[in-house]
Amino acid sequence: MSRTREITREERIKAIISGYFMPTVTLALLVGVWETICRIFEIPVWLLPSPSAIVARLVEFWSLLLYHAYVTFYESLLGFFVAVLLAIPISIAIAYSRMLQNTIYPILLVFQTVPKVAIAPVIVMWFGLGLESKIVIAFLVSFFVIVVNLTTGFLTAPPELINIARLLNAKKTQIFLKIRLPYAMPFFFSGLKSAVTLSIVGAVIGEFVASSEGLGYVILAATPQLDTDIAFAAILMLSVIGLALFATIHVLERIFVPWAFRETR
Amino acid sequence: MVKDVIVVNNVTIEYYGKKSKVLAVKDVSFTVKEREFVSIVGPSGCGKSTILRAISGLILPTKGEIYIHGRLVKGPQRGIGMAFQNPNLLPWRTALKNVLLPAEILGGNLKEYERRAIELFEIVGLKGFENKYPWELSGGMQQRVSLIRALIHNPEILLLDEPFGALDALTREELNLVLQKLWMTEKKTVLFVTHDIPEAVFLADRVIVFKARPGKVIHEEHIDLPRPRTLDMKTSEEFLRYVKSIRDHLGLSYKV
Repeated sequence: MSRTREITREERIKAIISGYFMPTVTLALLVGVWETICRIFEIPVWLLPSPSAIVARLVEFWSLLLYHAYVTFYESLLGFFVAVLLAIPISIAIAYSRMLQNTIYPILLVFQTVPKVAIAPVIVMWFGLGLESKIVIAFLVSFFVIVVNLTTGFLTAPPELINIARLLNAKKTQIFLKIRLPYAMPFFFSGLKSAVTLSIVGAVIGEFVASSEGLGYVILAATPQLDTDIAFAAILMLSVIGLALFATIHVLERIFVPWAFRETR
Repeated sequence: MVKDVIVVNNVTIEYYGKKSKVLAVKDVSFTVKEREFVSIVGPSGCGKSTILRAISGLILPTKGEIYIHGRLVKGPQRGIGMAFQNPNLLPWRTALKNVLLPAEILGGNLKEYERRAIELFEIVGLKGFENKYPWELSGGMQQRVSLIRALIHNPEILLLDEPFGALDALTREELNLVLQKLWMTEKKTVLFVTHDIPEAVFLADRVIVFKARPGKVIHEEHIDLPRPRTLDMKTSEEFLRYVKSIRDHLGLSYKV
């Protein structure tokens, strides 16, 4: 009567091939095409550097780029952590208070639509040219996504189940810990995934406005000098940071809410 | 003399809809005796679910009173088990852990609850599925788990709100038999809401017929079929007579 069956070895290999192998091959091909075009048409480095030129620069300026990458990483991660720490209690408060749902929550939703890029210069004016302003912008861009996702998550538990618990005289903390919180976890993680990549965007925006370090600063300093290959090396590092953070959260999600993945299988 | 466990006395329930006040049920009265199986049947919008929620004490009537064991219902009632059309199982818990959720909330000897849970799994034919997760179970199996979760803390009253409404016809008949078996071994007072007239007749000692807008009791039918009932009975002349009688009463209310 069992409906599940172990996945065979061939099926697993096939899944790995279609999941990782094909995208990697596609990416390699695209990089190859890029390299070939740059060489055949002798495109100047300042216009479009070839992948090999970018890698050469990356190696050449490795320690310098690593330092700037560390600055951007630090700014975005700190902003992200503050966002998570503040978003959790605020989401719980909103989920549990009809009044906050009618007052704070709509304001948050509206504020979320304000392009954070537009207020970045004001933030820099308020918090100065140092790391603080970047952290604040990273915080601002990532905060709302988490709050909105987490609040939605807390409200997704089926009301009928909550009613069953209420008929058993369940305490509010019991309903929260046994029902609402676990139901919210997949939403929390999807919020975190969006937020963590956004926090990097926030930090870079801050660096664009005014800064003397960070990968955003490197890009901004390199392009007027036509050091496009350095700019690309910095962009590459930004992507790697973003991917690494995203992957970390994805792994945490797999560990903490494995059921969310199995359910949709 | 068998005593009345549930007394619904002249109950009217209004609630605020999006645009206006909705009159869900009006002047509804009926009783349910101890260990009786009563089905409520009626068209959608007849306030069947509203009445169940009022009996459980999750909502209060606008007018009239509800008594359970002679005590006025003023808030959420203990000693009631509920199941719904959606099994509402927690996806991160195994079937057994889902069934034990009420036990964890109530506290007490979990080992004893677990022993009872395993018995119940056997009665509903889910032996061996205790450690499966909801996504590994079919809809019918999930609904069985939901039924025994409603029974785990040994409540006196079982309120079932269209529990089989989303199942296919064959699974539904199978679960009707499971529910009858549960009721005969557990001896609970059951109030069972459904759209399905044959299902209502098959399971119940008595069928209460509702009309819609506003919800009102228009008929009661005593079902004197022997127990345990078998699926063969569904084509017997007696059975069909009950079904026709109820259908005729509902038909009258359609014309109004």
